[in-house]
Amino acid sequence: MKSAVVVFPGINRDNDMAHALEVVSGSKAHMVWHADTELPDVDVVVVPGGFSYGDYLRCGAIAARAPIMAAVRRHAERGGFVLGVCNGFQILTEAGLLPGVLMRNASLKFVCKLVHLRVDNANTAFSSAYAAGEVFRTPVAHGEGNYFADDETVKRLEGEGRVVFRYVDTAGNRGTGGNPNGAVNDIAGILNEAGNVLGMMPHPENLVEPIQGGTDGRGIFASVLAAVA
Amino acid sequence: MFNNHIAITPDLVRDHGLKPDEYERILQLIGRPPTMTELGIFSAMWNEHCSYKSSRLWLKTLPTKGERVIHGPGENAGVVDIGDGDVVVFKMESHNHPSYIEPYQGAATGVGGILRDVFTMGARPIAAMNSLRFGSPDHPRTQHVVSGVVAGVGGYGNSFGVPTVGGEVNFHPRYNGNCLVNAFAAGIAKADGIFLSEAKGVGLPVVYLGSKTGRDGMGGATMASAEFDDDSDEKRPTVQVGDPFSEKVLLEACLELMQTGAVIAIQDMGAAGLTCSAVEMGAKGNLGLELDLDKVPCRETHMSAYEMMLSESQERMLMVLDPARHAAAEAVFVKWGLDFAVVGKTTDTLRFVVTHHGEVMADLPIKELGDEAPLYDRPWVETPKRPVIAAADVPAPDDLGDALLTLISSPDLCSRRWVVEQYDHYVMGNTVQHPGGDAGVVRLNGGPKGLAFTADVTPRYCEADPYEGGKQAIAESWRNLSAVGSLPIAVTDNLNFGNPERPEIMGQFVGCLKGIGDACRALDYPIVSGNVSLYNETNGQAILPTPTIGGVGLIADVEKTVGLGFRGAGEAIVLIGDTTGWLGQSIYLREICGREEGAPPPVDLAQEKRHGDFVRDLVTAGKISAAHDLSDGGLGIALAEMALAGNIGAAITLPDTVLPPHALLFGEDQGRYVVTVAAAGLETLRAAAKAAGVPATVVGAVGGSELTVSALTGASLCTISVQTLRERHEAWFPAFMGAA
Repeated sequence: MKSAVVVFPGINRDNDMAHALEVVSGSKAHMVWHADTELPDVDVVVVPGGFSYGDYLRCGAIAARAPIMAAVRRHAERGGFVLGVCNGFQILTEAGLLPGVLMRNASLKFVCKLVHLRVDNANTAFSSAYAAGEVFRTPVAHGEGNYFADDETVKRLEGEGRVVFRYVDTAGNRGTGGNPNGAVNDIAGILNEAGNVLGMMPHPENLVEPIQGGTDGRGIFASVLAAVA
Repeated sequence: MFNNHIAITPDLVRDHGLKPDEYERILQLIGRPPTMTELGIFSAMWNEHCSYKSSRLWLKTLPTKGERVIHGPGENAGVVDIGDGDVVVFKMESHNHPSYIEPYQGAATGVGGILRDVFTMGARPIAAMNSLRFGSPDHPRTQHVVSGVVAGVGGYGNSFGVPTVGGEVNFHPRYNGNCLVNAFAAGIAKADGIFLSEAKGVGLPVVYLGSKTGRDGMGGATMASAEFDDDSDEKRPTVQVGDPFSEKVLLEACLELMQTGAVIAIQDMGAAGLTCSAVEMGAKGNLGLELDLDKVPCRETHMSAYEMMLSESQERMLMVLDPARHAAAEAVFVKWGLDFAVVGKTTDTLRFVVTHHGEVMADLPIKELGDEAPLYDRPWVETPKRPVIAAADVPAPDDLGDALLTLISSPDLCSRRWVVEQYDHYVMGNTVQHPGGDAGVVRLNGGPKGLAFTADVTPRYCEADPYEGGKQAIAESWRNLSAVGSLPIAVTDNLNFGNPERPEIMGQFVGCLKGIGDACRALDYPIVSGNVSLYNETNGQAILPTPTIGGVGLIADVEKTVGLGFRGAGEAIVLIGDTTGWLGQSIYLREICGREEGAPPPVDLAQEKRHGDFVRDLVTAGKISAAHDLSDGGLGIALAEMALAGNIGAAITLPDTVLPPHALLFGEDQGRYVVTVAAAGLETLRAAAKAAGVPATVVGAVGGSELTVSALTGASLCTISVQTLRERHEAWFPAFMGAA
């Protein structure tokens, strides 16, 4: 699998993401600078987590307008895979590649902990390695992960199976405190209409080796690996 | 309009925190009255925070050398060899006064400052910790300070992208008017890739890099060297404003720049900003330095020389660059979009010359600014010894189970989840043990090597007996690192005390340092960096003496470390060490009996070493499944924490019929651990303990959903479900903070 990780100033999980990609796929990711205008020839582009340009403005708003994003958009339009994690998810919504917005956490506090996700659609390029309804753990670390979209958009996302991951409790249930940020309908990760762009707040890249506490996050990368094979 | 040649009056001298005799010293040194800019420079260099004038004599007594020590105190951070050509670079530093005045920015810039100290030396930060002490929960300001400080620590560290893997949070009325924020950072570098502040070469460009200079933080170091009073809120403008994004960019740019070979010397602008960094670079290199302030990138207009020299604007660096590599350096600055400017040059005059608008604003002997700073042998009195309190003289609780629940839900022992969930402890993907254990453990890139980190001190012990308290802080640090299976290699100390001009406070300082020094020598645990924060007083009331110890341990293989959680049902629970039921200065005595009295538990350093080495060997040999050091709250709290972390109960039988159960459970005897071992390995462990001369007593077995405690006679003393323990443990902090 050929992959690229986009690096904006202020991004801080670029190396974590590159490491996870290498652990799962066996090949090194290209690191692509925000000021570049072309992507290397890759199967998947990852927009990683962090605080692009400090995120002092609305999170992801500046990065969405960076020179490299035009190339990311073209890659997506050609059907290439794009994964946005945390700040990457925020950036993809700001860039219009995914619907909705990420608001401040309902608690108004940064939250870092292990959460449980339920796979609500295992029939996607990013989740096929999991079973439908499977519950897996992944860390979250964000201050603005409170996903929101208007009713109609949410209804559409749900109707089209584009809500891929939801926050749940250990038993897979919703509404029992498993949602760390107040996201509408416990939405943790969504897909674009074409099914080749996924955004998610949690960090699967930080849970791919046993020494990290588990390998639950591998499935995301293994799914993409299978999709490009 | 700024007048550099204003007459220096006694009032001006006082307002700059200088004593009349210190001003006399300045007059003698330069043979004329200083200019206004020069007075500012002297106040910055000669305040307690920068000159260590009250503490230097005693700091010299600490052991700072060791086989692994490459750079000890005196550099931005300590540098210690961890094998394979790698070094760990670390330090802890206080940001107490700013954090009380403006909690969010004070704490944030404390984190920023310590991270900068580490990467200035060429190391990439890999772990952070924070030791926080707040006033009584009842005090009207405490909730506000906690809320702001925790958010500030997180706001900076999370954005910068370093995992916060440990720390402390405690409450005591003696911090009501003066919280403590002690920030620790550690980084990794190659032994041959360390950068220092010592300038080399005459006529070389001095380059300014990073954020622009503004009026924020003006005179911050002087503020940090004064006591507080009721008007301290007026000092808010002296607190700096942090910009973690600039810091992250500065980190990447500096590390990239160092790769080009262009950096000859580098120094971050921390306390006393441009003044301290420039003087240090020149003085260390036996060179003069000229600064042209017209070249300094400024954020505000019409800044005077005085303001520029005293600004503590954050995220700034000063460096001496190799002119032959200027183009490569400039490419890095441009890539990262950083402000940079050649603001001066090195000279052979040994003078520190500052010009602005073509006028010489300051012209001072550079070596003397640092070397001739006042040095005081402050008078001190020994802290009176307190009586040893016999266990029999401390009343038993009405109900042992209720007492345990009261303690586990008390402000100092309850869950810190509310705090640690605001810190990113996953970033970098190398965290092996997260906050909440005895020590945070981080894998070094690629593994299997790792490092462990812990921050410790028990201020109430230091107050009751500074010498024993100092020893205990080191011993507990050493114990926490040993419990996770790491070899303790070196220490950074962050010494927080009251006004050193009071002999009883100076006595606390001296006593603690003697204890720390003795313990470090006995445990082969040298001090490689640190920071002193004095004048932590408000309206004449000093904080508890708080010498915070940041310890670093080396792990050969991160796969071979254990946590504190109980693992397998049926495993034996073994208490390592001697129990005398020491309740003087215990949490039990304070929380249950309402008494803060007596002598603290003594520390037997030879025993500490024996017990710690024994437990560490068990961990690294894979012979035990969990280990936990015993500290606040003693055996009872340790067992409860192990049950909570493992989400499994235990049946305990107290191994003694002489001491009362509350002394056995809540006594705070030192040098102790609880470990768990599979039944099959128990006899081997016992034999090994016997051979090593280490007391090892089976106190129970893991299993069930309850923590039950029985007497040796079989009588049941208490039964608490793990669920109830958890509810009580988790309740206090969120309830206290409410919606904050």
